[in-house]
Amino acid sequence: MKLRIFVTLKPGVLDPQGKAIHKALDGLGFAGVNDVRQGKLIELDVADSTDDASIDDMCRKLLANTVIENYRVERA
Amino acid sequence: MKTAVIVFPGSNCDRDIAVALESVTGRKPEMVWHGDSALPDGVGLVALPGGFSYGDYLRSGAIGARSPIMRAVVEAADKGLPVLGICNGFQVLTEAGLLPGALMRNEGLNFVCRDVALTVENAQTAFTSRYAQGETITIPVAHHDGNYFADAETLDRLEAEGRVAFRYAGAVNGSARGIAGVLNAGGNVLGMMPHPERRIEAAHGGDDGRRLFEGLLETVGA
Repeated sequence: MKLRIFVTLKPGVLDPQGKAIHKALDGLGFAGVNDVRQGKLIELDVADSTDDASIDDMCRKLLANTVIENYRVERA
Repeated sequence: MKTAVIVFPGSNCDRDIAVALESVTGRKPEMVWHGDSALPDGVGLVALPGGFSYGDYLRSGAIGARSPIMRAVVEAADKGLPVLGICNGFQVLTEAGLLPGALMRNEGLNFVCRDVALTVENAQTAFTSRYAQGETITIPVAHHDGNYFADAETLDRLEAEGRVAFRYAGAVNGSARGIAGVLNAGGNVLGMMPHPERRIEAAHGGDDGRRLFEGLLETVGA
């Protein structure tokens, strides 16, 4: 089973990398970009029997730092 | 005092901290590999050095914090053993849950490498007893992810409980409330982004960092 874990900074947490991308888009002349937030995508290939609780555990114990980040799991 | 330095793949200040500890304590520290599962007996201080454990993959300090030796470090810290995390060591301590908050990319996105002025916010700790309350000291920083973050409630609590050990005297990396170093609730775990081990003798431009280790030796004892 393939999983896609999207890890994003929580709203309100400053994202300097997103800000830099935003500035670069402005520099390229793209108007109307209100905000940019950068996150990361982690792809896992796990046994089909892996249950939701284990997946959640992996996210909370390692893949995301829940002090500053949220995560969302998508099954491919 | 017998000390231990944890060495992760990617640690690059492990020898600097070892030199500083030997210079102050008169004993060579035990260098402990991250894959080990136990700390040497009779250790009075564990130091987590600066560097880039596991190449900062995933997040700074994230994988180092889950290494086998960290289970022993967390257990010992919970029992009151002094633990000092410098730079990447600080990142490892927050990722391991020994200290609150997280270290994020510097606000200006630049790697900051220079001497900075710090204010000693609490001189009544095992780590800061050789400093005066409110004193300004100079310690070098060298980091890309030193922007300390915690929610407002946590920051209020840290300040109210005297757990902010050092604050930057000027703007450095965007850290919440200028925080450069924080303590755990027990006061036996300190994480700081600046590098006291890089300022222990005149040839380094001063010995403001040395006093941290001298204070530790004095308070923790032989």
